[in-house]
Formats: sequence, C-alpha cells, structure tokens
Amino acid sequence: MKPSRITECNEWILARFPLTKLWNEHMAHYYAPKNFNFWYFFGSLALLVLVNQILTGIFLTMNYKPDAKLAFDSVEYIMRDVNWGWLIRYMHSTGSSAFFIVVYLHMFRGLLYGSFKHPRELIWIFGMLLFVALMAEAFMGYLLPWGQMSYWGAQVIISLFSAIPVIGDDLSLWLRGDYVVSDATLNRFFAFHVIAVPLALVMLVFLHIVALHEVGSNNPDGIEIKDSKDPWGHPVDGIPFHPYYTVKDLVGVGVFMLFFATVIFYMPEMGGYFLEPANFIPADPMKTPEHIAPVWYFTPFYAILRAIPDKFAGVIGMGGAIVVLFLLPWLDRSPVKSIRYRGGIYKKALILFVISFLALGYLGTQPATPTATIFARIFSAIYFGFFLLMPLYTRWEKTKPVPKRLTSIHSLDEQLPALIEEITVLKPVSSEIGHSAFKSSFFTRSPNPEGIKNVIIRFVKNAKESLD
Amino acid sequence: MNNKGVDQSKRQFLTTALSVVGAVGTGYLAVPFLAQMQPSAKAMAAGAPVEVDISKMESGQLIRVAWRGKPVWILNRTPQVLETLPTLDNELRDPLSLESIQPESSKNPVRSIKPEIFVAVGLCTHLGCSPTFRPEIAPNDLGEKWKGGFFCPCHGSWFDLAGRVYRGVPAPTNLEIPPYRYITDTQLIIGEAQEEASA
Repeated sequence: MKPSRITECNEWILARFPLTKLWNEHMAHYYAPKNFNFWYFFGSLALLVLVNQILTGIFLTMNYKPDAKLAFDSVEYIMRDVNWGWLIRYMHSTGSSAFFIVVYLHMFRGLLYGSFKHPRELIWIFGMLLFVALMAEAFMGYLLPWGQMSYWGAQVIISLFSAIPVIGDDLSLWLRGDYVVSDATLNRFFAFHVIAVPLALVMLVFLHIVALHEVGSNNPDGIEIKDSKDPWGHPVDGIPFHPYYTVKDLVGVGVFMLFFATVIFYMPEMGGYFLEPANFIPADPMKTPEHIAPVWYFTPFYAILRAIPDKFAGVIGMGGAIVVLFLLPWLDRSPVKSIRYRGGIYKKALILFVISFLALGYLGTQPATPTATIFARIFSAIYFGFFLLMPLYTRWEKTKPVPKRLTSIHSLDEQLPALIEEITVLKPVSSEIGHSAFKSSFFTRSPNPEGIKNVIIRFVKNAKESLD
Repeated sequence: MNNKGVDQSKRQFLTTALSVVGAVGTGYLAVPFLAQMQPSAKAMAAGAPVEVDISKMESGQLIRVAWRGKPVWILNRTPQVLETLPTLDNELRDPLSLESIQPESSKNPVRSIKPEIFVAVGLCTHLGCSPTFRPEIAPNDLGEKWKGGFFCPCHGSWFDLAGRVYRGVPAPTNLEIPPYRYITDTQLIIGEAQEEASA
C-alpha cells in the first residue's frame, strides 16, 4: 500500500526534527510517581496562568498607551469602548492575583513534601528566581494604569533602593530615569513588563522543567521512585505523565477555571484586594492617598518592612525574607523529605510559619498602628525563626521510618461510608403523610452523639501523635 | 582528534586572552544601554527654577507648586506657630537640622529665610510619600501630643511646621528645603540658591 500523504509528511518532519523523541521524553515516557495528590495541581496551573497573562497582555498592549498623559484614560478606554476590552483586562488583572495564589500554594507543596531537598536544589533555585521575576513583573505592571496607587506604590518601592548606603540615591535615580516617578519611569516599566521580564519568565520556566525532568518529580512520600524499577527499566511506582497526569491536570484546570470565571464576572476587584479603590483616581504627584498599601501578594513582605523602625534595616529585612527562601535546601538538615515521616517539631514549625505568613499578609493591608506594629514584629521574628533555626531543629527531629515503596492511603470515597456509618444511627420512621397505599416504614439516619465523640477523640489523638 | 604536539599552554593563553578582551568589549557595549536609563537631557532641563507669587497668601495658608515634578510647599506660618516651634525641640530627632538637607540661608531654627514663609519639598524622607498638612492642634486621630505639622499617611512619620522630624518614626531626617531666594518681597524663585553675600 502506498503511504498516505499524512504519513509522508510526518516522516519528512521526523527526519528533520526530533518531535517523537521530545514528546516521549517529556510526556508519554516521562514517568511520574503514581501518588500525586491535590497539591500537585499547582505547577501546571501556574503554567496555565502564565499563558493567560501573555495572551491577554498581547491584546491589552494593542490599546494601551504607555504615556503619563494618556495611560489612565487608555485603560478606561479599554474598559468602556474597546469590544470585550473589560473582559480581557479583568482576565489580566485577576490573572496576576491568581498567579500568586497558585505559586504560593505550589511553594507550600515544596515545604510539605521536601521537594527542594537533594537532588532537587536547582529546581528550587530556578523556582525562586521565577518567584522574584514574577514579583518584578507584577510590580511593574501595577504602575501601568497610572492611578494613585500605581504612582505612590512605585514611588515607595523605588525609594527602597535609596536606602542602600553610598550608591542608593544614584541607583534610584537611574531606575526612575527622572527625579520623581514620571513619564520616563512609566515608559521603561512598560518595556520591562511587556518584553524583558516575560522573556526571563519563559526561559526560567524552561530551565525549571528541564531540571525537573532530569531528576524526576518528588511525591507526597518523599522517596525516589527511580530506586525500584521493573525489568524494563521503568519505575514500578511511576506512571507515564501522558495520559495519566495530563488528564488529571485537566480536572484541576476545569475547577480552577470555575473559580477564575467567578471572580472575573462577579467580583473582579475582589473587594479592593485585586484592584485597589485608590487606583481608580488618576496619578497625582502632588498628593498621596490617605492609606497606601501594596496589592495583597506583596503585603507579607511589606509588613516586615514596616515592622522594622530603621529605614535601611527595614529594606534588609524585606530583602532577607526572600533571600532566606533561596537557602532553604541547605538550611534543612533532616534526612527525611516528606512531612509524613518528619518529626513533630517540623510540623509545628511549619504551622507557625504559615500562621505568621498569613498574619503578616493581613497586617500589611492595615494601617500601621502601634499594636499592629508589635504584632508584625512578633510574626516577622517567627518568619525568620522558621528558616534560621531550621538547621538546629531539623537535625534533632525524630523521624519516622520511610517506606521503600509508595504508600497508598484510602481515598475519601472509601473512607466516607464507614465514617457516616459511625457518626449516625439508623432509625425506622413510619410515614404518616401521603396516600395509605404508599404508606411504608423507611429508615432515616440521625446523628449519633457517641459516634461523633469517638471520631473527634480519634482525630485529636491522631493529630497529637503526628505532632509529637 | 589527535592532541599530540598541541601546545596546551599556548591554547590556554589564547582562550584566556580572548575571554578577557570579549568581557572588556561587552562591558563597553553595556555602557550606552545602562547610561540611556539615566535622566535624559530633557528631564534635567525640566529642573528649571519656578517663580512663585506669594503676595496673595493669607496667614496659615499652604500652597503647592511643582518643581522638578516634586511637590514644593510654601506655608505662611502664623505667629502662634512660630512661638510653638522652639518648644518642640526635645521631641525631635534633629532639631538643629545638622543632618538634614537645606541651603545655608535656611540653616536656622525655623528653617527659612523669612521666619513666617516656610518652603519645603513635600516628600517624606522615609520612602517618598507626600505628607498631609495637619495644622490643627490635638485632633482625634493624631492624639494629644500633636501640635500641628505634617503627617505621612504611608508609614506614620511626624514632622512639625518647620519640617523637622519627630523621634520614634521611620523617617530618618527632616524634610528637604529646596534652594530658593526672594526676587522681590513677594516673589519667590525656587531652584536657585540665595547669593552668599546677601545671606
């Protein structure tokens, strides 16, 4: 039989480009651990949001004007007069907040399962560089609407650099390109936001994934699936990324888009957290808004800055809060990766860290009253304590034995019937209503106090045991 | 490849020499790109002096003018304010303005050429927000200790009506006083220092 045109075309390409090889290496024959859970959705979701930001961004630049006189009005023009402009703009503005939500959860996954530990240190470093680039991208993008918050936020953040001794003032002048935040600043931030930083982001994503696919993914048990292989050389506990995880990630994408669309259509400003009220007033270099706060994703670091009463030390504290994250692979001395087999001290430390991170995030949105400042200082101390004391407490922690192979925990739909059986009792109920022909006795479940008590006691015991 | 008879040390020298020349060349090439981010000639020219007419200012009034894109305040201080100023010295970080920026002509306790007319750059020395003008005494939100002054809403710095910073707030120094001089009794020029001889 004569080969079809499609086959001929395929062969022509394959003789010139390793398409099948690439596909197999990174998708069809890339073996990922079979026990990925909820926390493993956020890597692919971050990629999805990046694509969303780039696509919507391209269309926004078609109508946006990076000019101090025109910028604010051009954004309003996009919102009111450009066909579907409001949708594209809200997809972009909501996308930036979604990006940080997804990335913070992705990083938290790393803390849970020790994904930053040997041999994945470089993946973590690339990831942290991505995080820094993302913060730069978000900060510069926030100046572009040229509202009051854009203007004064940029003024404050660029002034942070002036706190650096000796070169500080010249450095901040060089960054602004003028004596104050002005048209020159807006124009260059546009250039960085639209081309320079996105290119860096895409390249870092590439490096992040290349490094990941070289060593293979970590998993909730924190053991290397490459240690046990079948006779064909495939990890026994691994499954090909495609189709298993492409399909699983699609479910995550579906759920994510449901939330994403809800925000875009029903609460695009998210009560002033995603788009701040003061930013609907054009930038006025003569007047600072009454209360200025960065967008929510910067507030934990902003709260650390404000907690320190000295200008230079505050900037060091803020920068240090990010630098210390880079050092994580070398601060953690525990022989065990996953939280499932780590000692209680790490679990307690992680809980404290999460609480202080969220609390700092909240405090950063509030005015700096004396009480709030004291709390911000306490939580900043916990934040740094989590990292800087880590070499000590992880060395002493009592770890549990790590299994050789992946463990399976009972899924929720297996556990649920037994749980319902335990916390309820079956009671026969005879119906008094309705036609007598249908009158029959049936059963109904009502809560069983004894069962509920047992379940709670068991839960508390388990929680306590796991924290010890 | 046959490496026999290759002078490895010469090869190493050539590689190093080429790398150094390349690095120097890259450094020179970077200069125009980095320098183009400095303020342009136009931005420098926009720093031209600004003339202000203060003949119509009433006592206690504050006006704002833009100089180099920055807000500059001109405040006509009342006699009560001038009486209050010296009593605040103990609560201030730098009451004599030794570590603060001001032209020679304003290096005095009231930080101005004429005591009643106060001129300052309206940007907080902490992180560059523009403080709000709060001349009232002991308002509810600022408390009993407030004797009138400038309050920075961003990080809560306090300044008195001579732009001097209080203790225990994030701002490190007093508000900057721009160079300025009087052309006539009621005409100010901001951005040009007063001649030494007339000071």
